Amino acid sequence: MTRTETQPVIEVSALTAHYGSRKILEGIDFHVEPGEIRIIMGGSGSGKSTLLRHLLGLNLPTSGRVRLLGVDVAGASATELHELRRNIGVAFQGGALFSSMTVGENIKLPLREHARLDETTMDIMVRLKLEVVNLAGFEHLMPAQLSGGMIKRAAVARAVIMDPKLLFFDEPSAGLDPVVSAELDEMILRLREAMNMSIVVVTHELESAFKIADRITVLDHGRILMTGTVAEVQSCPHPRVQDLLNRRPRRSEVNAEDYLRRLTGG
Amino acid sequence: MADAAGQSSAVPIEHLGRAAVAAVEEFGYYFLLWLESLYWLLFGWMKKQPVRISAMAAQMVTIGIAATPIVTILAFTIGVMLAIQGIATLETFGAEEQVVMGIALSVTREFAALITAIVVAGRSGSALAARIGTMQVSQEIDALRVMSINPVRYLAAPVLAAMMVMVPALTLIADFAALLGGAVFTNLELGLSYSAYLDRTLSSLVFDDVRQGLIKSLVFATIITVIGVSNGFQVTGGAEGVGRATTRAVVLSISYIVVADMLFTYFLNR
Repeated sequence: MTRTETQPVIEVSALTAHYGSRKILEGIDFHVEPGEIRIIMGGSGSGKSTLLRHLLGLNLPTSGRVRLLGVDVAGASATELHELRRNIGVAFQGGALFSSMTVGENIKLPLREHARLDETTMDIMVRLKLEVVNLAGFEHLMPAQLSGGMIKRAAVARAVIMDPKLLFFDEPSAGLDPVVSAELDEMILRLREAMNMSIVVVTHELESAFKIADRITVLDHGRILMTGTVAEVQSCPHPRVQDLLNRRPRRSEVNAEDYLRRLTGG
Repeated sequence: MADAAGQSSAVPIEHLGRAAVAAVEEFGYYFLLWLESLYWLLFGWMKKQPVRISAMAAQMVTIGIAATPIVTILAFTIGVMLAIQGIATLETFGAEEQVVMGIALSVTREFAALITAIVVAGRSGSALAARIGTMQVSQEIDALRVMSINPVRYLAAPVLAAMMVMVPALTLIADFAALLGGAVFTNLELGLSYSAYLDRTLSSLVFDDVRQGLIKSLVFATIITVIGVSNGFQVTGGAEGVGRATTRAVVLSISYIVVADMLFTYFLNR
């Protein structure tokens, strides 16, 4: 790869995406620098999950371009994509651990599939990562035997087993109590420090976002409202940003005629 | 009003058109999934992404070994049933003794393969759709993709390989069980000895009869795998979606099996 160390790890330009005929994202421009922790924030339906799917190459854009670590995701060959994905880790919202395997086997899976290592080495690596996420000794349990917070941490261990350059989190604090959620935040900061990764976190939890972010991108109705540091976001005068920060309900204007038409199904 | 009338006649046609397009699309999906699974089985090791032997073995156990008792019992029952029907029908001509040939041919060419396929579709086709569907719903398939583990290679290919081995193997077992069922009943009803039954069976069968059943069983194995896996991958809408996909997989595979059976019977007997 011809990347330099200072080149952005994620470059998204003019990304537009649809689900069927419904437009979800429009004209997204988005850059993440090496070593940065970037938060993608937005309410439900803002398009942040869709943006994440595009960043992961799970969906392909209607137009625009997504480059990860210098590779154009849509235009990459199978081999390039394969190489790229070995350098990416993802911790999904619900953990997405394979329910038929133990925690240890789950974490070991990427190693088993992509690296030629003997069983003992892989076991040691699994234990190392379990230490990082404070789950030492849990490798023999099944995912169903873990609590919500433990599942998320196990998912993080699996996401970092290949020492990725780029790590994604989908709603890390969703469904967790405040203490566990704060612990996860600490862990994200620790991971960056220990492994020097660039980290992208999709969340709608303000507290967690302000604690860990280098910069925050605020998404609303499929468009980027702003990108800036925590202070910049907090002082941003845009009404939608302030709605999000102050948990104000959306002020949608009611058009009487439209309203009646919707009700009568005309 | 003219407009409304025009619309109402256009709607069924539109539905028909959409359904036809969807059916063609789905058939194409099945075909591509089958090709991709074969590709990984044959060439995966060249790309250092082999289909794991251990995964195939595990599938063989759940698809094949675990199904052996039920296939054996049902095939035995079918054999008895064929004997009852055969004797009752042939009695009118006074030709009950010919029942052995009837059983031998219909079991090896038809019923062993069919009953095996229906049992496997019910047991494993549904399980396959449910398992992959649940994985789809809980983002496990996405997780595989971002880990650069191709879901077709990892989930579909081992099942296809296991089915291609185990369904024919089960069909052979069903052949024996059904013939035994026939033998037991003819022995009780007509007093025909087992050795005489065996002699007559062997003299009325040629290898081609057994082969016909086995070829069909390979086709059925492919149908069950491809339909189970694709319905699993296409699940949307949570737990209810998984339920729907599971039902659909079983109903569709049994329907395809019966139709394919008819087509193959026609062509293999020309």
